[in-house]
Formats: sequence, C-alpha cells, structure tokens
Amino acid sequence: MNNKFRVFLKGIFDVSPLMIPVVPFGLIFGVLSIDIGFSPIETMGMSLIVFGGASQIVLLQLFSGGASSLVIISSVGAVNSRHLLYGAVVSEHLSDLKLVWKIVISYFLVDQAFARSNEYFKKNKDNDKYFHLFGGGITCWVIWQTTTFLGIVLGSFIPEKLGLSFAVPLTFLALLVNDFRKLINVIVIIISGLVATFGFNYVPYKAYVIVAGVTALLTAAILTKLNIKNE
Amino acid sequence: MSNWLLIIYCGLITFLTRFSMIALLKKEMFNDRIREILSFVPSAIFPAIIFPAIFLDNSGDFQLENNPKIMAAIIAMLIGIISQNIIATIISGLASYWFLIFMV
Repeated sequence: MNNKFRVFLKGIFDVSPLMIPVVPFGLIFGVLSIDIGFSPIETMGMSLIVFGGASQIVLLQLFSGGASSLVIISSVGAVNSRHLLYGAVVSEHLSDLKLVWKIVISYFLVDQAFARSNEYFKKNKDNDKYFHLFGGGITCWVIWQTTTFLGIVLGSFIPEKLGLSFAVPLTFLALLVNDFRKLINVIVIIISGLVATFGFNYVPYKAYVIVAGVTALLTAAILTKLNIKNE
Repeated sequence: MSNWLLIIYCGLITFLTRFSMIALLKKEMFNDRIREILSFVPSAIFPAIIFPAIFLDNSGDFQLENNPKIMAAIIAMLIGIISQNIIATIISGLASYWFLIFMV
C-alpha cells in the first residue's frame, strides 16, 4: 500500500473515537441554526465555510442576541485564540510543507484532529506524516457536515418548547469538564461567568464575551504569577 | 452586513487562526508563560456563553426563581466532574431539564 494512503487511514482510525461527542454537537448546531432563523443553505454554508463547532455556536448565540457583526466576528476570533496555543507545537512538524498543503491542512485543523495527530507526529518522523492530520481532519469534516445536515432536517420537526437552546450552555459546559477540578480554572470560570452575566446588559455592542474573556484571562495571569498550585 | 458576509468573515478569522499556527508561528515565539496563560482561554471564554444562557431570560433580565436551567446545569456539572465524559454531561443536563419542565 502507498505510504501516504496508509498514514491517511491511520489518521482516520485514530480520530474516530473522538467523533462520538461531535455527533450531538453537530445535530444541536443544525437544529438551533434553523430555530434562530438561518436558512438551511446558510446553515450548511456555516459548517462548510467556518468548519468549527465552538465558532459556529458562538456565532449563533450572539446573532440571536442581536449583537453587531463586528462583535460577532471578534468574539469568534476570541474563541479561536485557543488555537494559537497549538501553533508552537504543530508548526515545527509541518514547516517543510508546500504553501498549498499548509492552506489545505489549516482548513481541516480542528481540535480533535490536532490532538491525535500531535501524538502521532511525536512518534513518527517520516515525510508523509502530514497525511495523518489530513485523514483525521477529513473524518471530522464528514461527520460535521453530515450531522449539520441531519440537524437541519430534524430542526423542522423538533418543537420549540423542548428548549433545545439550553443545549448551547450545556455543550460548552461539557467542554470544560476537565477544568472543574483545577482551582485556578474554577476561579477563572466564575469570574468570566459573573462578568458576562452582569455585563450582558451594560457592556456596549454585546461585547460581553470579549470583556469577560479578557478579564478572566488577566485573572489567570495574576493567579498563575502567584504560584498557586493548580490541582 | 448580510448573513453570508458575516459567515464568510467568521470563516476567514477561523481559518486565519489555524493558518497562522501552521505557517507563521514558531516555537520560539511562545515562552512557557504565554503558553500557560493561553491554556486558560477555554476557561476564560466559554463561561461567558454559559452563564448568561442559564441565568438570564430572553430579554436579558435575571431569572433566578422557577428556573429549571440552574438545577439542570448543576446536575450536568456534577455528572461531568464525576464522569469526565462530554456526552454524559450534555445528556444528563438535557434529561434533567426536560424532567423539570415536563414532569415536575
């Protein structure tokens, strides 16, 4: 078998278990987007163009709250800033790639694919290793587009009184489960939540996500500076 | 701004963050301190979505009494802490929410 194809299949295989939580996330996104008033084409377009769960849900949440476009775009940027963290790790493995491949890989670079391929990169040094990330990324892509589509279809059947919009805070809550056990993270979570809730009506342009995020990140900077043990 | 333009800009900024990490960022650009702080980004940003969606109603007013979302979120959080499982967290939260609004 061609080595590139072998590494590609390995990427698909490695990322597959991480796809289980993506299924409800994609369905919820599709259902909510229709609920909020985006057309099926626009909803599908979001998953194809943005291709990022957290980004898309933040877009929906702020859009439905009447935030301005500038605030929505910068909040999506703030949510994505967590990706910058990975840069230091992954760029050294992909620095020899052609620009076209860097662009292709960038589109498919989602959290799950990154997590698995980063482990693979550390153990494998062959030149085709980027096909691992490509395989993992395409797997995420297929699952995300399919579940978005199913969500759009389901969205026209699901009654509004089920209150599925509550799935948004639940989904983000679920993404933080590993942080609830760490003291500094818990303090940061509470600060961010309080600033956002009390600032919701007072921060101009619905920029409360950014204001809360920056405040909480400054808190994290101060607390880690104090050398508090984060366990 | 039209919906499509908004979607394209959001896609662009998402793509650029990912692209910058592959094409522009080098290991030396981040010292341990910056990396440590960036690791708090999810904890700093996600609650700004979570809290208002639970404690405020559609018009942005506090809704602290007769609010099944608070109890459901607490149950989901406890299940999340115990199970460390994303799906269990979401399902337990939705199930207890539906139980509270339809059964109680």
